[in-house]
Amino acid sequence: MKKAPFGKAGTLESNDVLVTVELNEEKPLEIELESIVKAQFGSQLMHTVTTTLKNLGVAGGTIRIIDKGALDFAIRARVITAVNRARGGEAL
Amino acid sequence: MTKMVLNAVGRAIPTHIKGMGDLTPFKGAFAHTPGPMNMTPRAAWHKPGQSKMTETIRQALENCGLADGMTLSFHHHFRNGDHLVNMVMDEVAAMGVRDITIAPSSLQSIHEKLIPHIRSGVITGIQTSGIRGEIARVLSTENLLKTPIIIRSHGGRPRAIESGDTKIDIAIIGAPAADAFGNVNGVEGPNACGSLGYAIADATCATHTVVVTDYLIPYPACPVSIPQTLVDYVVVAEGIGDPQGIVSGATRITRNPMELLIAEKANEAILASGLVQQDFSFQAGTGGSSLAVAHFLRQHMRENNIKGSFASGGINGYLVDMLEEGLFRTLMDVQCFDLKAIESIRKNPNHMEMSASYYANPHNKGCVAHQLDVMVLSATEIDVQFNVNVITGSNGIIMGASGGHCDTAAGSKLAIVVAPLFRGRLPIVVDQVTTVVTPGESIDVLVTEYGVAVNPARTDLKDRFRENGLKTVEIHELKERAEKVTGKPTKPVVTDEVIGLVEYRDGTIIDTIKKVVE
Repeated sequence: MKKAPFGKAGTLESNDVLVTVELNEEKPLEIELESIVKAQFGSQLMHTVTTTLKNLGVAGGTIRIIDKGALDFAIRARVITAVNRARGGEAL
Repeated sequence: MTKMVLNAVGRAIPTHIKGMGDLTPFKGAFAHTPGPMNMTPRAAWHKPGQSKMTETIRQALENCGLADGMTLSFHHHFRNGDHLVNMVMDEVAAMGVRDITIAPSSLQSIHEKLIPHIRSGVITGIQTSGIRGEIARVLSTENLLKTPIIIRSHGGRPRAIESGDTKIDIAIIGAPAADAFGNVNGVEGPNACGSLGYAIADATCATHTVVVTDYLIPYPACPVSIPQTLVDYVVVAEGIGDPQGIVSGATRITRNPMELLIAEKANEAILASGLVQQDFSFQAGTGGSSLAVAHFLRQHMRENNIKGSFASGGINGYLVDMLEEGLFRTLMDVQCFDLKAIESIRKNPNHMEMSASYYANPHNKGCVAHQLDVMVLSATEIDVQFNVNVITGSNGIIMGASGGHCDTAAGSKLAIVVAPLFRGRLPIVVDQVTTVVTPGESIDVLVTEYGVAVNPARTDLKDRFRENGLKTVEIHELKERAEKVTGKPTKPVVTDEVIGLVEYRDGTIIDTIKKVVE
């Protein structure tokens, strides 16, 4: 059976981020962003997420980000892991 | 448009506010001297046999002649267990009275129940040390009051009351225990909170003073914090406080390794300053690293047989342990933070209650803050000019309290701020703080997990640190390091509307708080 293109990484702990991805090439890319520092870092967060997705070649689907004040490297790592899990868990 | 002028910390301050009058911009920590006093102590009259007992809060308010436009004061020793402000304001609203200014010593999140009274025009002015929770968010994002909120320090508040800048019509004293003739103490009953330091200026200067208690004790109360000579009416009312919200069992030292690291470094800086000598004095603010500094200092005091003269401020169980161990000769207490502190102020004669004026008022004949050697402070933000913010978040929304920050920073020989470079993703060391509460001129040292920075104005301290082998960095380096990790935060979007004025302890205006667009 083919795995659903769904992946999740991260936690809701302070300084972490919970990333959920549902890959779907036929749909446009939709990013939902929730963050305790949205007022201060909203656009930088969005930039980090979109750049990471682009590097991974993700072009469509729904990406959900619930950020609890994570730093950029943590956000990148969580996004990469969530996407890899959705793609069937292949190693980097 | 109101005329704006730049004050001594470079903030634009309106020279006049409609309904408030002319404002004096901040000129420097000790640049402003008080004008003539604006207060007349009121003679009163009492006939033997005349009772002060009143059936209800409403009856007491009526007896005091409650009317539109009056100022009611409260104290915050019940902290987030305080139901009294809400109860009294519900009663005021039910009486159809409007346009009231409330002057509590601080507001907590439990006071969000006041929001409907603010929206309906029952409350139109607020003077406080701080505001937290939903009520703070609403006040920061909507311009609901007739005049801006005045944020005052713990020393600035009694200054305003004693000088007559704030005229209190009715002071409401939430009393853990009181007798029928109005003697009050804070150490008995279910709502025992210890020191009643913040309420003393209110009771002394208000036109009318009402004591509300749920624990009536036989006359005379003993000990007495607020005496019968100041009290007009006594009301017994149930449910004025929730002991769960008033105090915790015992304050513990943080186990967070980063906070401990900062505290350890702060202790090294304090020792390198050379101030820790026989009879030195000490105060530490609240916050993870601050109290932990006392922990490290305690080891040093034991090992070197150093006995301090006093520790002051809000007192917790840890400082009580140090008192009982003989490491401090006295505790000077404006507010007890835990059950152990309350027990101590009850039984230890050298654990003294002090009024907020005695503690920190710059315009009396000398306050305890001016006798401090070492002061450890926390910060929500600190900038490269060493200005400190403890009142608004970096999103511009009110979330904290001025407290004794600027009072003790100005008064102490060594004011040392302990803070991490960033919390979550928010940098703490920044270019410009969102709101200035304490001017950089009062801050001597910043200690972070990445290094110790000395205020360039304190060349003497820098030399002493060097002589004692303590490494320092420039505050700019710390700021850049923080920003490199977190990125540069976007400034909050604000309108021109001033929703709050941050008063410096001397009554001048050090900053404004603008309405935030969410």
